[in-house]
Amino acid sequence: MRLTCPLCGDRDRREFYYYGAEDYLHRPAPEAEPAAWDSYLHLRDNPAGVVKDLWYHEAGCTQWLLVTRNTVTHEIFGVQLVAERKA
Amino acid sequence: MRIDGKGLVDRTKPVRFRFDGKDYAGYKGDTLASALLANDVRLVGRSFKYHRPRGVLTAGSEEPNALVEVLGPKNQTPNVRATVQEVFEGLDCRSQNRLGSLRFDLLAVNDYLAPFLSAGFYYKTFMWPRAFWEKLYEPIIRRAAGLGSLSGKHDEGAYEKAFAFCDVLVIGSGPAGLMAALTAGRAGADVILAEESHALGGRLLSDGGTIGGQTAADWLAATQAELTAMPNVRIMTRTSITGAYDHGTYGALERVGLHKPARPNLPRECFWRIVAPHAVLAAGALERPIAFPDNDRPGVMMASAVRSYLNRYGVSPGKRVTLFANSDAARATARDLMAAGVPVAAIIDPRPDAFSVEDCPVHAGADVIGTRGRLGLSAITIRKGSETFEVETDCLAMSGGWNPTIHLTCHMNGRPRWDEDLAAFVPMVGAVPGLVAVGAANGSMSTHGALASGHAAAQAMVQALGRKVIVDLPEAEDMPYRPKALWTVDAPGRAWLDFANDVTTKDVKQAAQEGYSSVEHMKRYTTQGMAPDQGKSSNVAALAVLADATGRGIAETGVTTFRPPYVPVSIAAMGAGGRAEGFAPQRFLTSDQASRDRHAPMIEAGLWYRPSYFPKPGETTWREACDREVAMVRQSVGVTDVSTLGKIDIQGPDAGRFLDFLYTNTFSTLPVGRVRYGLMLREDGLVLDDGTSARLGENHYLMTTTTAAAGLVMRHMDFVHQAFCADWQVRFVSVTEAWAQFAVAGPKARALVNSFVEETVDLPFMGVAPVRIGGVEGRLFRISFSGEEGYELAVPTRYGEALFRDLLARAETLGGGPYGMEALNVLRIEKGFITHSEIHGRVSAHDIGMEKMVSAKKDCIGKAAALRPGLWGPEREQLVGLKAKAAISAGAHLFQPGAELHRETDQGYVTSICWSPTLDAWLGLGFLKDGRARIGELVRLVDHLRGLDVICEVCHPVFHDPEGEKLRA
Repeated sequence: MRLTCPLCGDRDRREFYYYGAEDYLHRPAPEAEPAAWDSYLHLRDNPAGVVKDLWYHEAGCTQWLLVTRNTVTHEIFGVQLVAERKA
Repeated sequence: MRIDGKGLVDRTKPVRFRFDGKDYAGYKGDTLASALLANDVRLVGRSFKYHRPRGVLTAGSEEPNALVEVLGPKNQTPNVRATVQEVFEGLDCRSQNRLGSLRFDLLAVNDYLAPFLSAGFYYKTFMWPRAFWEKLYEPIIRRAAGLGSLSGKHDEGAYEKAFAFCDVLVIGSGPAGLMAALTAGRAGADVILAEESHALGGRLLSDGGTIGGQTAADWLAATQAELTAMPNVRIMTRTSITGAYDHGTYGALERVGLHKPARPNLPRECFWRIVAPHAVLAAGALERPIAFPDNDRPGVMMASAVRSYLNRYGVSPGKRVTLFANSDAARATARDLMAAGVPVAAIIDPRPDAFSVEDCPVHAGADVIGTRGRLGLSAITIRKGSETFEVETDCLAMSGGWNPTIHLTCHMNGRPRWDEDLAAFVPMVGAVPGLVAVGAANGSMSTHGALASGHAAAQAMVQALGRKVIVDLPEAEDMPYRPKALWTVDAPGRAWLDFANDVTTKDVKQAAQEGYSSVEHMKRYTTQGMAPDQGKSSNVAALAVLADATGRGIAETGVTTFRPPYVPVSIAAMGAGGRAEGFAPQRFLTSDQASRDRHAPMIEAGLWYRPSYFPKPGETTWREACDREVAMVRQSVGVTDVSTLGKIDIQGPDAGRFLDFLYTNTFSTLPVGRVRYGLMLREDGLVLDDGTSARLGENHYLMTTTTAAAGLVMRHMDFVHQAFCADWQVRFVSVTEAWAQFAVAGPKARALVNSFVEETVDLPFMGVAPVRIGGVEGRLFRISFSGEEGYELAVPTRYGEALFRDLLARAETLGGGPYGMEALNVLRIEKGFITHSEIHGRVSAHDIGMEKMVSAKKDCIGKAAALRPGLWGPEREQLVGLKAKAAISAGAHLFQPGAELHRETDQGYVTSICWSPTLDAWLGLGFLKDGRARIGELVRLVDHLRGLDVICEVCHPVFHDPEGEKLRA
């Protein structure tokens, strides 16, 4: 598997650390209901198809990346920096 | 036998080798198989189950039969294909899977038991009586299982792994691959041409013909010369592409030194990962056998292999050859043999209308229905209409058509398509993005088809790369290939499909009868395709038999899944460099040599190596040294290297705000020149890490993390910053490797530190100040992990060793010295300081008694979740100290005295223990249900593994100096 880091270019997956779904980016407000925190921390979809998930270029630029890919075909549609993501 | 004037082996370079203890001669360019056949050795192995005699079947990596053990000076390699192994001076190998000699294999008795050993026999036979399994069945099966054997020793051979990148990867160097490489190469693309054999050419080496008006040999030589001269083309011979993976990644195994005598530093194999946006699969096709009774005798071979041995190696596998084939193309085998002076006794062609131009008996509309010969073929039985007769022959060349080598196209879930005209599976287009199958691998069986499709595929790739090239397509034969499928011959007797695993047509039919009619079930029930060759010569025929038995078509029956690797890959090659010290990176302290000079045993702490203790003359156990070092720190002064702790330099106007968000407590209010202990949570409310952070300037902090979590914390900080506050003005970087840092602890610590620094500093507890040490800018922290007055001196890494040696020398004049990890651990347990033994990922701030550190005034990572019910309260297991008179253990569990011992009565567990020379008792830290309310109670500590059962007193976790007077002294 290979990912194209927006800063470093096309790289082998061994340079990256996988975290999980992009849900981690949508942190509830501190005073949000427990249900919102429960959902944020624990509830994940597991779709066969297009997902957005978080990868860390640990052996590269140390940027967190938002990767859009297909879990069935393994096709990668786009990689953007978490720090500069568009909503 | 060797045929004069034929073959490409170097007759001027004879090579001696051994097989089963006997010396033989071959030539450079021979494979072990060709050299054995040249010496008339037909029997080379035994089959897996029935131990039937086995000879060479093919001339390539698909070989199911001729598997041998190669014996090296430092290794023994089983299941080596004699058709791939090249001979070299001193090659020593032996046959395998036999009990006794190859000619008199005692396990050949299995063949007479065949009626009891059919498909699934082990599922039925070894079921009862149950008690027999461990004592009888399993040992017998283990003895009989497998083919070759291992030496039982480490493989001391050298292996390599490597990465390569190119624009176009060409897999296979037959006419299709060469044409593709030439086209892409002339266009200036970066090309890798991978060829499994040691020579380029593929079937051109065996089948000859003409290309562009030249002989195939001349065209090959000219093409090879041109490719070799191109700087943008890398030719990798002896390299099998083993798998196709995501995003243009291919696995490849290169046999670097397997064809040479071993020598130091010559890798045996190299495992490559090749990255290529475009790939041409020109892997050719595999000829398929015909299943007729007793078709497994040594001497029965593939027709194309017979041509290879004759034309490429100058060897005739027989003195009187017969041919059983259902295509016109296979007739070349008979013609080439006769032209070389080898008698052909008969051609048997099942097609009733088969032509007959050869100068030998041709039996059209006939089948081979049996063979004779105990250890090798001596005669075949032919059936023609109602008539049967025998023909004497020592080699039967067979051909049931060709299967395109589609394996790589299926590695990413692609299912092949059944082509009725070709009577074969062909690749699904686009099954592996970027990979295009050409030539015989895609069903184009003529030389013209190979050249044209290789050329076209490369042209398209070159255009996609933005390059242009005009390459003329040379002319070549374009014979149509329209085979009549012939899988089996309907005649009584056992007809083999899978030669390696002894699977016959009867086994497949039986599987279907017993309900295993799906191809995946049939495979597992019969073990067809599960031998080292992975069924390369038997898969399609087996499913054709299955399709027939179940009344479905072949297309409907489908194939089993082809998975990587295409050829066996040794674990040694995949894990090259990963043994012993190569298993993980090693990190060494600047004090490493100084510690080793003092004979300190080093222990691993993550990737770091840290001194365990510093033995003194006369000390015979680690405990003696450890107890002495603890007393030394408590009474005078000790020095230890703490550089392994993670150090993160944080700067910017928002640095304090950022730390407030990361830590549960507040850092923006920390005065410059002061240090504060901080607690970090995960977003789920459990403790992530702890450590101190110092404020070095208005916008400048230095964070320390635990050794264990240094990388984790850095990743966490990057996430929090980039995900939630990327616009804050803060930047941070790990400076762990930039600073060497030494803890100086004990009542005489201040005296030792002051003897170093150029200007004496009077630091308060939890203070930090810049210092100069011998002209070097350093930092002095007043922090303690021992409970004594403690300092940490930090200098740039390059001065670490000098400072450490100097610190030890001066400490010794004060009655102090170095202490290691063991003493460090005792000191911190006595003081109740936690490590990742305690904050192991399942404890909350409340559990470790730090709930008050979660600031109510601000948000922080983990705060919302930390306040959830269930993460705090008396039902939680809380950190306590434990004191005992007898030895205790970490990992032991805690119970009420008198309670029954089971999971429901479990009250907690122990995380750290030590013998405390200071308190003259065994001390532990652990987690006990409602522990803080139970101080002073007795608990029963039980460790079933170590056989411990001890009554302990529950204590406050801080045993030593609970008021902290020594720290602040």
